[in-house]
Amino acid sequence: MSSTLTPVRSKRSALTKGQLPAFAPYVVLAAALIIGAAILALIGFNTFGWGIVSALLFAVGLVSWSAMVEGSRKAKDKLATCLVVGSFLIALLPLISVIWTVLVNGLPGLIAPGFLTNSMNGVTGVYDNKAVEEGAPVIGGIYHALIGTIQMTVLATIISVPVGLLTAIYLVEYGNDGRLARAITFFVDVMTGIPSIVAGLFAAAFFFAVVGPGTKTGAVAAVALSVLMIPVVVRSSEEMLKIVPNELREAAYALGVRKWRTIVKVVIPTAISGIASGVTLAIARVIGETAPILVTAGFATSINNNVFGGWMASLPTFIYTQILNPTSPANPDPSSQRAWGAALVLIILVMILNLGARLIARIFAPKTGR
Amino acid sequence: MTATPLSSSQGAGRAGDKIFSGAALAAGCLILAVLFGVALFLVVQAIPALTAPAAEIQGGAGFFAYIWPIVIGTLIAAVIALVIATPVAIGVALFISHFAPRGLANGLGYVVDLLAAIPSVIYGAWGAAFLAKEISPAYNWLAENMGWLPIFQGPASATGKTILTAGIVLSVMVLPIITSLTREIFLQTPKLHEEAALALGATRWEMIRMSVLPFARPGIISAVMLGLGRALGETMAVALVLSSGALTASLITSGNQTIAAEIALNFPEASGLKVSTLIAAGLVLFLITLAVNMIARWIISRHKEFSGAN
Repeated sequence: MSSTLTPVRSKRSALTKGQLPAFAPYVVLAAALIIGAAILALIGFNTFGWGIVSALLFAVGLVSWSAMVEGSRKAKDKLATCLVVGSFLIALLPLISVIWTVLVNGLPGLIAPGFLTNSMNGVTGVYDNKAVEEGAPVIGGIYHALIGTIQMTVLATIISVPVGLLTAIYLVEYGNDGRLARAITFFVDVMTGIPSIVAGLFAAAFFFAVVGPGTKTGAVAAVALSVLMIPVVVRSSEEMLKIVPNELREAAYALGVRKWRTIVKVVIPTAISGIASGVTLAIARVIGETAPILVTAGFATSINNNVFGGWMASLPTFIYTQILNPTSPANPDPSSQRAWGAALVLIILVMILNLGARLIARIFAPKTGR
Repeated sequence: MTATPLSSSQGAGRAGDKIFSGAALAAGCLILAVLFGVALFLVVQAIPALTAPAAEIQGGAGFFAYIWPIVIGTLIAAVIALVIATPVAIGVALFISHFAPRGLANGLGYVVDLLAAIPSVIYGAWGAAFLAKEISPAYNWLAENMGWLPIFQGPASATGKTILTAGIVLSVMVLPIITSLTREIFLQTPKLHEEAALALGATRWEMIRMSVLPFARPGIISAVMLGLGRALGETMAVALVLSSGALTASLITSGNQTIAAEIALNFPEASGLKVSTLIAAGLVLFLITLAVNMIARWIISRHKEFSGAN
């Protein structure tokens, strides 16, 4: 085209003067990655170190470039942004690392034949030594632990949900923010903070005193789990009942419906999605609890279908004992394979419960609008 | 008054009302009773350990000589966890509340919540099998170069199963708690304050420093306290990761022990006086976490009254 009379050296207007161009972060990122790779190549390359070095170079490069062009205030802003994004990436590292470790170590255990259908009954160190030395398959499974986990969790849910839900109803519908209601709210908060092992000790101490010293059954563990579960159920149900519009209650009263019928037929159905998802999250929380079960249900290696009698295994305690006291102390590998397999099953259960809670909240949500 | 069909049916309804409100009241009182029971039964079962002659307690020097080192160990592990987790958690919360694109923020919050969903025993297994191994070269480096500091005094543990590793695992576990609480507080910052700061020409960081952080300070403190409560009572991460021992100042050698891990490791095989000793230790842990949690709740409630946020 034609040349202009006064050649413009920069196309940027006075308004955008003194700012980094929009592509600046990408340029710095590319430079940081290349220089980072070069530095790492000198001292021995690994992906993790490359990421760290590049991130540091990126932050330093972008901030100092910004300080030169834009001044210290903008540079500080850039630094803060780098730190905040960096902390988020740091927080992701353990999540990815944990899930990766469990997947990689757990899959061989999970696909071992009979892992989900056999117990550890009769599995001794002899078999584990054989598995390591002669390449025999790793036997033994988590059936007994699955049974135990399911029974204890179901029993804990049966105890906690009525108590928790009724307490929430009391707080929202009957309490009137009176002295008792405030005391209950306060102590529910306190209960949320009880360390899980103390809840286990409480259940143990209670049954030692009432039934007899050394009482360890699945039911004791279920009581311990309920102590942890009740406050979660109360808090989530209370929140859900509170957001039920008062107009619904008043409409029911205006039709002459009794208060308890109003609660059962109007308030709870409106809030049921939130309550159900809260309960599911509470189950997800207690299903992975180890410490309270450890001190209340003991360990078992064989199938025990009676939650009210005898020691009982559970998935978390199975993982714990297999890692800490391998079946064959000389060859701990088969035990750790089983432990990771159980960890994978446990993580899948917890994730299903968490996703289930979201689905429940969405599916049963009351239809709003028209 | 004559008994009409209407009033008689009301009588049945009244009974239902009474039963229902009674049940709700009973459930509420049951919770109070349970909490009271927790305290009562722990005290009753712990008394033998407190009154027994000193020589019969493990260690042979009485209960307080036994509990003292593990209380300190518990505090060390919890403090390490908080020192690491607090800045990261505040950064993550800020990222989700003020930096991430709106559409992404909810999903990112859910990702952080996943961290909270992973069972503690899996964190323990991860810490013992993966983190301890990966981090032990760093401990060697610390022992060689920073060994003049008492907390990094060598020789470093070869397995990496130290109180510092346990503290790092704990920090991962308390991170989602502090993050979700502080995120809520950051989102409550009055929009007008933020917009006023931006309108005066503040950069995003200046806006956060001038309007968000001052508003959120009490909330951050109480979130950290609640995280502390969790870190103090966490059992499995420490029981699996730490190779325990006597109280030592160095964070990178094996040694130290926490109350919760001490109970978990010894209770299953304990009998007689040992049971009461461990229950007494649990009582001490309960009292410490209770104090921490109550201070946190107190800060939150004071904050609610004055902030005008609600």
